[in-house]
Amino acid sequence: MGDRDGYFGEFGGRYVPETLIPALNELEQAYRSAKSDEAFLLRLEDLLRDYAGRPTPLYFAERFSEEVGAAVWLKREDLLHTGAHKINNTIGQVLLALRMGKRRIIAETGAGQHGVATATVAARFGLECVVYMGEEDIERQALNVFRMQMLGADVVPVSSGSKTLKDATNEAIRDWVTNVATTFYVIGSVVGPDPYPRMVRDFHRVIGRELRGQHMEVSAKPPTHLVACVGGGSNAIGFFYDWIDVGPRLIGVEAAGEGVQTDRHAATLTKGSPGVLHGARSLLLQDADGQVQLAHSVSAGLDYPGVGPEHAWLNAQDKAEYVSVTDAEAVEAFHWLARVEGIIPALESAHAVAHVRNMAATGLSADDRLVICLSGRGDKDVAAVAARSGATGHG
Amino acid sequence: MDRIQAVLARRAERPLVIPFVTAGFPEPGATVPVVCAMGAAGADMIEIGIPFSDPLADGPTIQAASETALAGGMTLRGVLTVVREVRLSPEMDDVPLLLMGYCNPLLRYGLAEFVRDAADAGVDGLIVPDLPPEEAQELSALCQPVGLSLVFLIAPNTSRERIGTIDSCSTDFSYCVSITGVTGASGAGGDSTVEFLQRVGEVASKPFVVGFGIKNASDVKRLGPHAAGVVVGSALIDRLAVAADRVSVAVEFVGELVAAARSCGRRD
Repeated sequence: MGDRDGYFGEFGGRYVPETLIPALNELEQAYRSAKSDEAFLLRLEDLLRDYAGRPTPLYFAERFSEEVGAAVWLKREDLLHTGAHKINNTIGQVLLALRMGKRRIIAETGAGQHGVATATVAARFGLECVVYMGEEDIERQALNVFRMQMLGADVVPVSSGSKTLKDATNEAIRDWVTNVATTFYVIGSVVGPDPYPRMVRDFHRVIGRELRGQHMEVSAKPPTHLVACVGGGSNAIGFFYDWIDVGPRLIGVEAAGEGVQTDRHAATLTKGSPGVLHGARSLLLQDADGQVQLAHSVSAGLDYPGVGPEHAWLNAQDKAEYVSVTDAEAVEAFHWLARVEGIIPALESAHAVAHVRNMAATGLSADDRLVICLSGRGDKDVAAVAARSGATGHG
Repeated sequence: MDRIQAVLARRAERPLVIPFVTAGFPEPGATVPVVCAMGAAGADMIEIGIPFSDPLADGPTIQAASETALAGGMTLRGVLTVVREVRLSPEMDDVPLLLMGYCNPLLRYGLAEFVRDAADAGVDGLIVPDLPPEEAQELSALCQPVGLSLVFLIAPNTSRERIGTIDSCSTDFSYCVSITGVTGASGAGGDSTVEFLQRVGEVASKPFVVGFGIKNASDVKRLGPHAAGVVVGSALIDRLAVAADRVSVAVEFVGELVAAARSCGRRD
């Protein structure tokens, strides 16, 4: 739906320098032929199962359910290899790169999760891998930098602009423009020029598709709510896509940072306006002059001033709803889930957990059946949360 | 009145010299005197860069110039004011001014309002590097009635067929990107650039200029014979960044480039 000509309604497109147009055409053709190639799909399926660890469990969160007064399941993407849903997409894109004969892989990363997932699969296939990462993020995420280096990737510090994910993405695009003949750019979310938003979505669709069969086994009735965090929006779109227009309320949870009334948040769908960033027309955080503003979230994976164009479209069509939770609520939910379920969620996923707790405060019914996409595990965040807890006196 | 067509007619004598400066670099008041001086020094057209927070087609020099300009308070409205002030100078009457910038500030301003205000300020043409022809239909439709010239980019990996499409979408001329890369990159003057320009020449019905990574008089001599004109941006900005007297540095550099262009002459 909405895929015609690379647009989702008014959002999407290819707002890129001319040099990338032939590359996007080549990618589009390769992707189209791969999608209908049985051998490609089987190889993808094998790797998702044996290398990444699919299918991920659908876990009935018993104590969580008791606490909120409704049935809650967690779709356990956090149990995948490398610790998050990101690897669904990097396996898919690296297989495409191999198919296209590209032996050099580049990626951007914020917190380092997508960088690690890309470096992992590049190592698996013996490909050269270069990861662009903002200087500020390199300082904040030293462990992930070391992981990427262990996996053989070259982590290139980006010192331009805000020195974070936005600028790392610019630098990856500049590399691609320069080395377009030999290089495959593995984008980490459902952002960027067509065909990336729909291609990355398709690689993550397995999340929502698995849920169909799994939920039927545990409940006679379909879920009433699907809840996922949204930064660029890749786990959310993969989770939602097969459930659009079929019943459950689809709820995307953005990062409200220090509050959407402040200028330190990443709530693009709630507070953004239409514009073009990184090759696509979508919603974004910008000033009156059209300069892109800095996002803020305690969760580095949600700290992005744009959002995937398909989410902007689902939002405009009221096919999904988008809400936000603050840093404080997300950190609280991070601690809470650890104690109630013995699962430490990624700070990104903790936003979705926090929203379900907020919903309980205003009234969930005992008949409600909620599924949260637990997109990643929180090991990477433990040090940051500990530092923050020390600072705020939190347990 | 059509400054661009008048200037393009001169390409029969020698390749045109087209300097690029980022508006508001290194300070808000710097652009008007530099642009006027370059016009007086023989620049055939002048490109004025609209600074943007995320200039993904630009190399380090123009990225830094954009950051400095934005930090100094330059805005799109400010760029149009620069153009209006340049147009007050009688010696700039005939020099086409092109704005080059990414599409988001234009969209935020409102495309219709921007096109109206740009034409009104005395802008002659627009180059929007992240707006390929497929995405430019609305802008094209707005520019045509007010006589704003749209300049589309052609890259070394653009197919023959697509060169034809871009050539037909550009109003007066196209802009060939010398290499696959960003502004200020190295390697622009090589044989592959010459071959690329010859390939474009076989297909294009309109003139085309060449830019990206053209650094000095010898690059102009080498590429000038194969294009209607040469654009020099990063190399100029690098000089302005360290100049004690920016106007005289710009005049001297443009003078060198024009002399190099003259020495090219034209084969028939």
